[in-house]
Amino acid sequence: MTEPSKTVQMALRVNRESVEATVPVRRNLVDFLRDDLGLTGSHVGCEHGVCGACTVVVDGAIMRGCLMLAVQADGCEIETIEGADQSGRLAALQAAFHRRNALQCGFCTPAMLLTAAALLEQNSKPSRDEIRDYLSGNFCRCTGYQEIVDAVAEVAGADT
Amino acid sequence: MNFQAPIGSSLPRDRAKRLLAGRGQYVDDIQLPRMLHLAFVRSPYPHARVKSIETIDAVAMPGVARVVKGADLVGVVSSWRGTHNLFPGLKAPEQHVLAGDTARWQGEAVAAVAARSRAEAEDAAEQIVVDWEELPFVGDAEVALENGATFVHDSLGSNQAFAAEVKQGNTELAFQDAHLVIERRFRFNRHTGVSLESRGLIADYDPSADRLTVYQSHQTPHQQQDLYARLLDIPEQNVRVICPDVGGAFGLKHHLYPDELAACAISKLLERPVKYIADRFESFLSDIHCRDHTVTARMAFTQEGDIVGMQVDDLFHAGAYSQYPRSSIAEGNQIIRLCGIPYRHEHYRAAVRMAYLNKSLLGHIRSVGHPIACAVTEQLVDLGAKQLSLDPVAMRRRAYLRDEDFPTTSPGGIALEHLSFHGCLDRALERIDVDAFRREQAQLREQGIYRGIGFATFVDLTSIGPEYYGEGGQHISAQETCLLRLEASGGIRCYTGATDQGQGIDSGIQQVVAGVIGVPVQDVKVNSGDSELCPVGGGSWGSRGAALAGEAALRAGQELRRNILNIAGVLLQKVPELLDIRDGAVVDATSGAKQLALAEVAQIGHFRPYMVPDNTPSDLTVTGRYASRDRMFLPANGLHVAILDVDTDTGLIVFQRYLVVHDCGRLLNPLLVEEQIRGGVVQGIGGALYEEFIYDDDGYLCNGTLADYLVPMAAEMPDIEVEHLETPTATSELGAKGAGEAGTTGAMGAVLNAVNDALTPFDVTLSEVPLTPPRILRALGKI
Repeated sequence: MTEPSKTVQMALRVNRESVEATVPVRRNLVDFLRDDLGLTGSHVGCEHGVCGACTVVVDGAIMRGCLMLAVQADGCEIETIEGADQSGRLAALQAAFHRRNALQCGFCTPAMLLTAAALLEQNSKPSRDEIRDYLSGNFCRCTGYQEIVDAVAEVAGADT
Repeated sequence: MNFQAPIGSSLPRDRAKRLLAGRGQYVDDIQLPRMLHLAFVRSPYPHARVKSIETIDAVAMPGVARVVKGADLVGVVSSWRGTHNLFPGLKAPEQHVLAGDTARWQGEAVAAVAARSRAEAEDAAEQIVVDWEELPFVGDAEVALENGATFVHDSLGSNQAFAAEVKQGNTELAFQDAHLVIERRFRFNRHTGVSLESRGLIADYDPSADRLTVYQSHQTPHQQQDLYARLLDIPEQNVRVICPDVGGAFGLKHHLYPDELAACAISKLLERPVKYIADRFESFLSDIHCRDHTVTARMAFTQEGDIVGMQVDDLFHAGAYSQYPRSSIAEGNQIIRLCGIPYRHEHYRAAVRMAYLNKSLLGHIRSVGHPIACAVTEQLVDLGAKQLSLDPVAMRRRAYLRDEDFPTTSPGGIALEHLSFHGCLDRALERIDVDAFRREQAQLREQGIYRGIGFATFVDLTSIGPEYYGEGGQHISAQETCLLRLEASGGIRCYTGATDQGQGIDSGIQQVVAGVIGVPVQDVKVNSGDSELCPVGGGSWGSRGAALAGEAALRAGQELRRNILNIAGVLLQKVPELLDIRDGAVVDATSGAKQLALAEVAQIGHFRPYMVPDNTPSDLTVTGRYASRDRMFLPANGLHVAILDVDTDTGLIVFQRYLVVHDCGRLLNPLLVEEQIRGGVVQGIGGALYEEFIYDDDGYLCNGTLADYLVPMAAEMPDIEVEHLETPTATSELGAKGAGEAGTTGAMGAVLNAVNDALTPFDVTLSEVPLTPPRILRALGKI
């Protein structure tokens, strides 16, 4: 039980930039992104895959950064909230969340945005129930969820 | 005064933009040079003697800077007792940052490791060998108070921490003569705040300046500054507490926690920055919990449905210690003061007992005691109505305090300004056709669908005045000061002692300042959460920001406005009364014609002050201060209505509708208040349906993860309709009352009443929350 007995070299792309890193094999992805790369927009809420605050995009699919080891991302394309924000692909959701106050403390918000964007990619016209269902892996303690659902529904409606 | 926009406007928040871009800065996002990370060794037992702690292997582990036991911190940090001078009977044992020879709850820390990374600190903590001797434990308040019970603290000679009684009239006689007496025993099980960001801090002690800087996820920076200064013996002017973005708090982050103070002490000991972030399991084990009350209550009625009186007995506990610095009695004290409060009644007796036992501490979480008092009262009213064959709505209308009854003092001793019980009910009935609901309910029952409606009327004791903690002996500010500074460019910096954990008080204050002075809202920048830069204030808890910090902001705004107009008057050779400030410019008050930009006034004030006569008040840095007088609380009120279906085969509940009618006086920003209320309702529904700590027979917590401690998620939650009434308080010029807890206060009672209404055909009454499927199915005799 010594720290860390084994490290692995890996190469990946994070937010469209190439990264080469040597990481302890036990380090999970979200800790690597936060502590090694300084991408602190991904948050750690439970470290056991329930709260969803650590959600990041791995090769186009949303993943829990606490349930994936950093070394598993070797060769992958990762996008965090920082990259998604910079790309502008969340702009409509961000604006709707802002206008409707669909966030309070903001700790769940980056993951909520990435999850909502993933839903809208799969289903451009989700019903309110479908939105609520899809977001049910993301814990928000501050809002009553309603404004989040409204914001996502508004963006879905605006796409037509 | 004339409250102009943006006061009362639904504006989005400045801070939200950063958070939406992933640019928030929470405490775990901050890294300092030479920083160490802490991991704690915590008691696995609810009660155990610490015979020895062997650290030799841990010290040798990679990355370890120091292993710390309680004895290492003697002389570095003081102990404390969670007393409260308004409750002199409260027995509070001495508590230390690390347990000495006895651990009194599962999760109490006995040692800490400081290492280069959290992982290395945890690795080393695993190598510490504690020789534990398990002791008999007390896990239940009733057992704790039995003769012969094991003492949690031998030094106290009893497990009873506190007992009190509130009385008015003669309930014994009144109950003898009453037409009907309803009695129920209620159980409110234990849950907690579960902020998504766990507790955490970085303590950075610099010995060369005897200076401590603490970055902490906390609600009350000034309270912490005082505590750290006193307990660590550092001059208070050298202690600075910064609360950066805070990822939810809900009351659990306005206490002193031993592990957090330990981090400060270890920083002082090692003279390096030390970070401690609670993981989720540590959070469940060591965060303040709430509820865990057993209430036996009786309500007496006349044949016509008037309430004659109420008797209440509340038994609860503090956990192993009385929390510091606020003490642990408030939840019980609120219950005995708040039961029955919306209703006219003469005779009242309410008693509370608080025990110590071997569990983690109970304390103040969002809506302290209120949901319990509300649920108890409102279920008894519903049961009374049923027995008297009265409609529960008509019964409430009859029994509510009437508009002409105010001002009054409740039987529990709470002074009540005008409250809008009838107005709230009227508004609810405009939105919900109860007669149509009853017809639908009857039809659905024939199809085997059990739908119910539940009403819960509440009073929220918001914005605590200085008499409560001031007289209590705690250094907790109930006054607020706002500092404003007009920049040379015409922009305004604002510093407040309130703090913003997402509720949006920064925006509320920004709107007050902008509205009072007459500038666009974006010209005001609010700064909060820094005990060094911000004027002394209480932070945010107990629904206080809008009423207290808002009023201070109003006063500061009025003074800055006056001074700006004084300078402008000199420059324009006009009396200031003929001038106004609109949209960021000094204008002629009558014609509205623009006279001067604010920047022109500011530049005179800052750079050419000789142009203004000495005797003309022209300060461009001003403060406004507000402290309420002669009132302990600022009561607000409202009504919750829940409509839901109970599946009698599965015990699951599906919401159909949820309405809150709320009156928090003057609204600063309806958009923010509404989402506060919705969030509060959802948190209340959590306590009503899902959230409960479960302990086994050996006193071990069984559900310390988010996988088995259930919280409300989006799929199960209803849309929540929010209606506002505005009855401004006359005790301040702004007229705002608190809103932050109103959603939580009524939810438990409304859900409980709705479930019981749905189950009327089965002739069962549930009085224990959360209303889990097993509890519902057991009541129905199905399991």
